[in-house]
Formats: sequence, C-alpha cells, structure tokens
Amino acid sequence: MASTIRLELVTPERLVLSEEVDEVVAPGHEGEFGVLPGHTQFLATLNIGVMWYRKGSGINKLALGGGFAEVTHDRVVVMADTAERADEIDLERAQRARDRAEARLKELTMDDETHEKARAALNRALVRMAAGGGE
Amino acid sequence: MANLRAIRKRVSSVKSTQQITRAMKMVSAAKLRRAQDAINAARPYARKMREVVTAVAGRAGAEAHPLLTAREAKKLALLVVTSDRGLCGSFNSGLTRAVYRFLNEHRGEYEEITLFVIGRKGRDFFRRREIPIRKEYLGVLGSVSRQHAETLASDLVGGFLDGEFDEVQIAFNEFRSAISQVVRFEKMFPIALESSGETAGDEVDYLYEPSREEILATLLPKYVQTMILRVLLESVAGEHGARMTAMDSATNNSVDMIARLTLQMNRARQATITTELTEIVSGAEALKG
Repeated sequence: MASTIRLELVTPERLVLSEEVDEVVAPGHEGEFGVLPGHTQFLATLNIGVMWYRKGSGINKLALGGGFAEVTHDRVVVMADTAERADEIDLERAQRARDRAEARLKELTMDDETHEKARAALNRALVRMAAGGGE
Repeated sequence: MANLRAIRKRVSSVKSTQQITRAMKMVSAAKLRRAQDAINAARPYARKMREVVTAVAGRAGAEAHPLLTAREAKKLALLVVTSDRGLCGSFNSGLTRAVYRFLNEHRGEYEEITLFVIGRKGRDFFRRREIPIRKEYLGVLGSVSRQHAETLASDLVGGFLDGEFDEVQIAFNEFRSAISQVVRFEKMFPIALESSGETAGDEVDYLYEPSREEILATLLPKYVQTMILRVLLESVAGEHGARMTAMDSATNNSVDMIARLTLQMNRARQATITTELTEIVSGAEALKG
C-alpha cells in the first residue's frame, strides 16, 4: 500500500497544488474529516473552512471556500470553489472584510435577503484569518 | 490624373489606419495569450469535475437527478455566445448566421426555441431580425469570471428544472487555434452519460457524505457552471484570435495600399514635372521664333 497520498487541489481558475503528502484534513459538510493513506473511497461536499495537510512534520494550511473532495486509497482530489494557501492570504484584508461583514450583519435582520450573503462573507473572512494567522 | 495633394492625403490617412490596426493586432495577441493561459488553468478542474460526475452519475443512474433525465425535447433553450465588440472578422457573423439557419431548419422540430444571448453583437443581430431574446448578457466577456458562469448556469438550470425547456444547447465558437475558430452546437443538459465501460469496471462505490442524492444536487449545477465557464473562456480566446488575424490582414492590406498609392503619387508628380518642362521648352522655342 502506498505510504503517502497524492493531494490535488483544483479551483475553477487554477491548479493550486499537486503533492505527495502524509495526511489531509478537510472541512466536510458533516464535520471535519481526516485522510490517511489507504482510506476507503469517499466523496464529500466541503464547507467553507480551513483545510490542512501534513508532509513529514510540516503542516500547511489553506482557506477553502467550499467544494467537493474525492478520496480514494492513494489520492485526495479537492475541487474547491476558492482556495488560498496560507502564504497567499492577506491578513489585513481579511480583517477588514471581517469588520465590514460584522458591521453589515448588525444592521440587517435575520430575514433580510442579504443576511445570508453577509454571513457567508463573515465566514470566509474568519476562515482566511484562521488559515493565514494561526501558524 | 489624380490630384497630387489628394493622393498625399489619402496615403497619410491609410497610414494612420494602419497604425491602429497594427496596435489592435498586438493588443489582441497579448490578450489571446492571457485567454489561452486561462483556458489551460481551468482545465484540471474541469477534467476532475467530469471524472467525478461521470463516476457518481453512472452509479446513481439517470433517475437520480432531473439534470440527468432525458425528457422528450419539445422546448429548446439555446445559448448563443457572441462577442461585445466587432472588428474580429467573421467571428460573430459566422456564428449568428449558423444560429439563424438552425432556427429556420429546426423550427418544426420543437414547439418553442428560447434564445439566451451573450454579447452585444449577437443581441443586435437577433434584434434586427426581430427574433425574441429571452435574456441577454452584455459585458460578460471583458472579464470572464466564475460569477458570470454562475448566473448563466442558474438561469439555465432554473428554467430547465421548472420545465420551461426540456433541453439546453449552446452555440459558440470553439477555439482551435489562433487562426481557426469553429462554430459548434453542443448539448449541455440533460447531461448525457457515457454509459459504457468506466463505471462497470469500478468495483467499489464511494461512501457519500452527505447522501449521494444531496451530493448530486450540488455537484451537477457546479458541473454545468464549469461547462459554461469553459465555453466562455474558449469564446474569448477565439474572439482575440479572430481579431488578431483580421487585424493582421488589415495591416497587410494597408501596406499594399500604401505602396500602390505611393506609386500613383510619384507618377502624378513626374507627370506635372514633365508638363512644366514641356511648357518651358515650348515657350522658349516660341520666343526664338
């Protein structure tokens, strides 16, 4: 059995990474799940959230904007709507986005149409901050 | 013999046109490269998407989701992808003409054909012929983004699920190379499954989280989006390619034209000199006599 897994992360705009890694943890729709080599075939939808993978002892984080993951015993393919590596994340911008979203949420009521949008924006900003700042 | 000054003026006007076409050609070449890069960058995602959709839908069967279920095609929706700007050879006219022919030929087959049009050129074409357009999308192609593909997909998928149409086709210029774009009609959905081989060979089914049906319900619209995005990107690349070729031949033509005009101009100048000389000589002759 393979001792590593091939992690491929693609977004509609680009191939973000394609690497041999030891472990992957992704934000599944029904909770975070981890993948080690030899995992069973698995298909899941992903939430907005932080994903990370381990290569040796180094851990890399990414901010995901939702998507799908296909897992086979030696491969993980993540099809994300958006994905940013920790080193690509602009923390200040994420903070500003969070502040903006929070301010907007305060003005809106729950049944406002844009409420959901603002919440999603807040969520994305928080995820970015978590992925980018938590080294 | 044409007037010398008129020719001179003409040459300078052709020269400035040439400058413009040359600049446009260069701009298009640069944009074409960028568009090609975008196509290449989008390819891995599209490929993975297709793999997964084929795998899942093959196992689930055509009844699992309406987007997979073929219905009797009474009402057709046709998405026509043209460009917002002209000066790109037969890029738009080739496509709109093909669509026009298609409409005439297939009118009897379908109860109704609904048109969705991307691009100002296509809109103007159908408007002039008073063919109703259901929805038009302008200014999409300047910067193709996922948001555009999303709106388009949700309009089309929404109409399909509501039963407004039973089949969706897309007409666009396929990007073959910088100098070759081919008009294509492609069926988008219901999604036709390649039923053969692939799925039968796979021993194990996936575990799904959440259920297979729920995954399909989010996966399929995403798949439609990626298909639309691909078509948009190809069309943009095709447009730049077509414009580059058109501007290249325009520049070449202007070179020829300038050469011809210069020849004419020199001839005219020579002719005036000759006439003047004859006049002087004959004047001198007259005085002598």
